[in-house]
Amino acid sequence: MNERGVERSKKYINPYLGGVLLGIVLIAANFVSGRGLGASGAVKSVVVEAVDIVAPNHTENSAFYSEYLELHPQPLKAWLVFHVLGVIVGGFISGVLANRLKFKVEHSPRITSRRRLIFALAGGILFGLGSQIGRGCTSGAALSGMAVFSFGGIVTMMTIFATAYGLAYFFRKNWI
Amino acid sequence: MGPLITNGIISPETDLLLAFIIGIGFGFVLESSGFSSSRKLAGVFYGYDMVVLKVFFTAGITAMTGLLFFSLFGWIDMDMVYINPTFLTSAIAGGVIMGAGFIMGGFCPGTSLCGAAIGKIDAMVFVGGLFIGVLMFTEGYPLLEGLYNAKPMGMVKISEILNVSDGVMALLFIAMASGAFWLAEWFEKRSKKVEY
Repeated sequence: MNERGVERSKKYINPYLGGVLLGIVLIAANFVSGRGLGASGAVKSVVVEAVDIVAPNHTENSAFYSEYLELHPQPLKAWLVFHVLGVIVGGFISGVLANRLKFKVEHSPRITSRRRLIFALAGGILFGLGSQIGRGCTSGAALSGMAVFSFGGIVTMMTIFATAYGLAYFFRKNWI
Repeated sequence: MGPLITNGIISPETDLLLAFIIGIGFGFVLESSGFSSSRKLAGVFYGYDMVVLKVFFTAGITAMTGLLFFSLFGWIDMDMVYINPTFLTSAIAGGVIMGAGFIMGGFCPGTSLCGAAIGKIDAMVFVGGLFIGVLMFTEGYPLLEGLYNAKPMGMVKISEILNVSDGVMALLFIAMASGAFWLAEWFEKRSKKVEY
């Protein structure tokens, strides 16, 4: 690693320390609220609320939306929504302290910004869809599930990583 | 004692406030560990930066053993803690789709929010994609319902499937994680350096 790389990597905390701290945050969530961490569930709350505002007739007639709204009459007043607002604030604070705030498209020098953004959009769409089918994403299903020995969470975790490793060769130009 | 909310020790409003504070902790740790950078995250799939594996599995075994001790000390009633229910088909199908999303997009939902919070435009676009993907699910639910609800197994734990105690299961996870950490360090030293 060259000097620049060393200097840059110093700015991040030790990954094992980061893992222990993250584990403590996860214990806190379980201790306080009896549940793990999450991210994608908050996106669903926002989507349901938005569709209900834009097309209330549609949500009334759809079994999925009407059931969801019956269980969660105020989708935005949800644990995960407040949690995710915190994630954004926490990420921002860390970025400020480490002097990492900057508008930029991060990509390999071998690809254009445009290509990076197209793949970011496609990846986001797939992750959004997959997280709903799999009942949670890397945070809610994989990490939080593993902490409480959830069989489904661990299956999802292994499938996410196995698929990404299996496809890594085909997308290598984007990253290395 | 715990969980505080199910035992009525805190009000639902306090629970939401604490959700926000726990979220701050989550976002702070993710960003400080480098999870706001897609190129750092993607390193785990090519061996040039194994930070994802190290942070993820350290967090997993820390929380797992921490909760076991909390339960042992009588600080938390694990019967009241949510265990993600298992629907085998959708757990696998969702995982495959998310894995493809991970290698293409370089983020997962939580990390993309951290990236977006510090100004990464690719992360913001990824978050936009998340909304489209979730909308595809909510709109396509009639088509996906069969897949979504197939093979329900309830709130089953992997320790129950393997017929071992939670303590033994945790020990197995710690052993596997230790092996993975050793391999990760080994790979990082030998893989081609990528500048990012």
